[in-house]
Amino acid sequence: MRKISRLGHEARLGWTLVAPALSVIALIAIFPLGWTVWESLRLHELRMPWLGQPFVGLANYVEIAKDPRFWAALGHTAFFTVVSISLELLIGLFLALAMNRAFRGRGFVRAAVLVPWAIPTVVAALLWRFMFESQGGIANALLVDAHVLKQPIVWFIETSKAWVPVILADVWKTTPFVALLLLAGLQNIDLSLYEAAAVDGANAWWQLRHITLPLLKPAILVTLIFRTLDGFRVFDLIYVLTGGGPGTSTEPVALYTFNALLQNLRFGYGSALSVVIFAITFGLAMIYVKGLGVRLGGDET
Amino acid sequence: MTALAAPPRGKKRKAGISWGAWIFGTALVALIVFTLFPFYWAIVASLTPDAALFKDPSLWPQHIILDHYRALFGERDFITPIKNSLIVAGTTTIFCLCVGTLAAYALARLDFKGKAPIMGFILAVTMFPQISIVSPLYLLLRSLHLIDTYPGLIMPYMTFAMPLTVWVLTGSIRQIPKDLEEAAHVDGATRRQSFTKILLPLAVPSLATTGILTFIYCWNEFLFALSFTLGPERQTVPVAIALFRGMYQVPWGEILAAAIVATAPVAAMVLIFQRRIVQGLTAGAVKG
Amino acid sequence: MARIALEHVDKTYPNGYVAARDLSLEAADGELLVLVGPSGSGKSTVLRLMAGLERVSDGVIRIGERDVTDLPPQQRDIAMVFQNYALYPHMTVRENLGFGLSIRKQPRPVIDERVKAVAGSLGLEPLLDRKPAQLSGGQRQRVALGRAIVREPLAFLFDEPLSNLDAQLRVETRVELARLHRRLGATMVYVTHDQSEALTLGDRIAVLKEGVLQQVDTPMKLYEEPANKFVAGFIGSPGMNFFEGTLTRIGSGGMCSFQGADFTIRVPCGAGADGRVFLGVRPQHLEITDDNARGDGVVRAEVGVVEPMGNEQIVYVTLADGGRAVAVAPVQPRIVAGEKISIRVRPEGIHVFDAGSGKRIPG
Repeated sequence: MRKISRLGHEARLGWTLVAPALSVIALIAIFPLGWTVWESLRLHELRMPWLGQPFVGLANYVEIAKDPRFWAALGHTAFFTVVSISLELLIGLFLALAMNRAFRGRGFVRAAVLVPWAIPTVVAALLWRFMFESQGGIANALLVDAHVLKQPIVWFIETSKAWVPVILADVWKTTPFVALLLLAGLQNIDLSLYEAAAVDGANAWWQLRHITLPLLKPAILVTLIFRTLDGFRVFDLIYVLTGGGPGTSTEPVALYTFNALLQNLRFGYGSALSVVIFAITFGLAMIYVKGLGVRLGGDET
Repeated sequence: MTALAAPPRGKKRKAGISWGAWIFGTALVALIVFTLFPFYWAIVASLTPDAALFKDPSLWPQHIILDHYRALFGERDFITPIKNSLIVAGTTTIFCLCVGTLAAYALARLDFKGKAPIMGFILAVTMFPQISIVSPLYLLLRSLHLIDTYPGLIMPYMTFAMPLTVWVLTGSIRQIPKDLEEAAHVDGATRRQSFTKILLPLAVPSLATTGILTFIYCWNEFLFALSFTLGPERQTVPVAIALFRGMYQVPWGEILAAAIVATAPVAAMVLIFQRRIVQGLTAGAVKG
Repeated sequence: MARIALEHVDKTYPNGYVAARDLSLEAADGELLVLVGPSGSGKSTVLRLMAGLERVSDGVIRIGERDVTDLPPQQRDIAMVFQNYALYPHMTVRENLGFGLSIRKQPRPVIDERVKAVAGSLGLEPLLDRKPAQLSGGQRQRVALGRAIVREPLAFLFDEPLSNLDAQLRVETRVELARLHRRLGATMVYVTHDQSEALTLGDRIAVLKEGVLQQVDTPMKLYEEPANKFVAGFIGSPGMNFFEGTLTRIGSGGMCSFQGADFTIRVPCGAGADGRVFLGVRPQHLEITDDNARGDGVVRAEVGVVEPMGNEQIVYVTLADGGRAVAVAPVQPRIVAGEKISIRVRPEGIHVFDAGSGKRIPG
């Protein structure tokens, strides 16, 4: 009937307007992803081109499953993610609560705290590397002066000590972002809830536990999603700070894949690693998204 | 901690400040110091000769020299990476804004089946680990002879810049009241006219914010820039700094000088636009 | 000016919600038709269908003689005043007023002249260079009005234009709108949920409930001859009292006896009156009489709450057998809460509604 032509017109317009953006994304993201999967089923050693690129099925994946370096990398990544997120949530929550109140200089605090987020990760990594570098670095000097350390230590020689600047640097750089997400959630909480509680006699701790935290859950969940995914994809920070060392003891999965691909030039194996990382990241994302029930297409009514 | 109870208290204050407020204030100051110290230290170090860097460091600059900065723009030719970063980040941002605005308009205002899957798809792409598409992109760019070129970086940057732009802009446009465009339609404006005369002027702040965010993400990008450039001619700032090599040892003085130079404009942008940036980040992120 | 007509219009949303059912309605050329009804009655939907902001699922919409059913809003040549005014925030008042004309590529001098004339008639001249954010609610409302008037359209549509104004401003603006209608002689369709606004403004009123037209008539007809229980209860404030009971014929002289829980009364009844009914009596027709009155249609009651309105008293009572009612009494004598009184149902104010269908039974 006649009515359908107008309805069809709007749909056609919609698709036309979305098409450029969508095709760019599809071309640059989906197509390479497909290629990676395809590559992962082949043996492709760039250093040994005479071997060709034979189809080897799931052989690469089997190799991954038996690869101790992979599992170690996975462990490093998980450790890094969990520790960082915990610290960032705690400090970020504090910061968000602080920024929620109006006080003189709040704008400056907000800006100052945002700068670490805005600089390149490699620069952040370099700053922290420098501070912990060698026994004459400032970190050693300050810690010795504060009597936390008896004498300067070499941070990057021992795994357990090498993690300290890595995690500190990540917390330093990302807590502002976490604080912002939580702040947005805080600002959505109706002030009159606190007022009613205060009138009823509840103190600040009670208000925090029974009003703030429960109502902040959606924001916390969103933060967890973003940070977990970022944590699993970490690359820049560790590449520059420790290079994955000492040895490969701080190497995350992304760096291991990078080494396999662009240093050892094992494209087939590296692609398989890429797919595994992708699957893990995507799986985590799906779990979170289902848990959140994000409204994707609906309009704000 | 009185700070945690958000409701406004009366104007009367108890004599003195409660211990809760003290703890809170101290913690906040400590946090600020923690945040700003690395920059301060980097500035101090960049003005100190390399030899003195790891010997008995002191918090005050002892002996100020500008050699590192001079070397930066002299032998190191740091201008080139800056130029490269500007071109790549700038072009990507402008292109994504133009294309992304159209898509965002469709997703925010038009009604058609497939909107939800598209949004879901875009959200999913933002979660891609970059490492997973590095190798095919490398091979693709190599076959197109685009390694170590500007397009060779701009194209891959679309993978994260485009979804980001569309996502944030869609959220922003949804916040502009619909009845303004309806009024324009009743007044006789076509869709295109209501878009250009009504929506676009009102969307300018969001466009600016999205542009800033996109620019920052592009400027800071490392993995793709590292993988798809071959030498100092096309390297961007993060790559150039990370690969600084000295003759005998790591040239920390110059590295930190470069870090400061790379950071200063970004820091300035953040300080000026902090309100916008906060709005943009939260508009995109905390919907739903 | 032209008439606007809906012919057998249906509107069902994709999620299944039915906003309009077989609606046929006409605003005659130069008439002010009010669409009134509770939330969800479909009145705003009807307005938006007329404007072209929504598409019909079935049926025809005409403006004048033209079938505009498939035309987008741009081509219908009607003007709309939105509930939230929808003023373009980035344009000055002058630019807002002239927007419709500039879109139609009218020459500059024509636009300037018309804008000036309309601004003058609405008292907006000193505000012409301000932006909407700098205006008060009442001023914004006038700009929204002006924007519509400048275009000299075929008809005007109003979507609850007064609901965002405070009470006093609402009354003043209502009068202004009535004057405007008389001055322009324009066809206007006006949506409101406020029945008193409807009664004062409309040449005719269309009462809607859940997408179905209940009755369309002049205000007095709606008040005096409501078509069904819903219209009777909706129009008039305080609302009509309803008493449930049975109607039985007495003899053959056209009289029936109404037997309710609280009282009985003899009423004239026409053919077909028999069985379970609702007796409707407006508060104005419940007379507070002296205590000794007895008999047909008199009932004892206890006063619950009295609202002194200055020109009358609104009395909320509980009747002898537990039923509740509202009566309107003159200012004197003063009535007090807790007082025991007698109420007489005045027979000339009685309406009878069939308990099943709700339709009024004439007679």
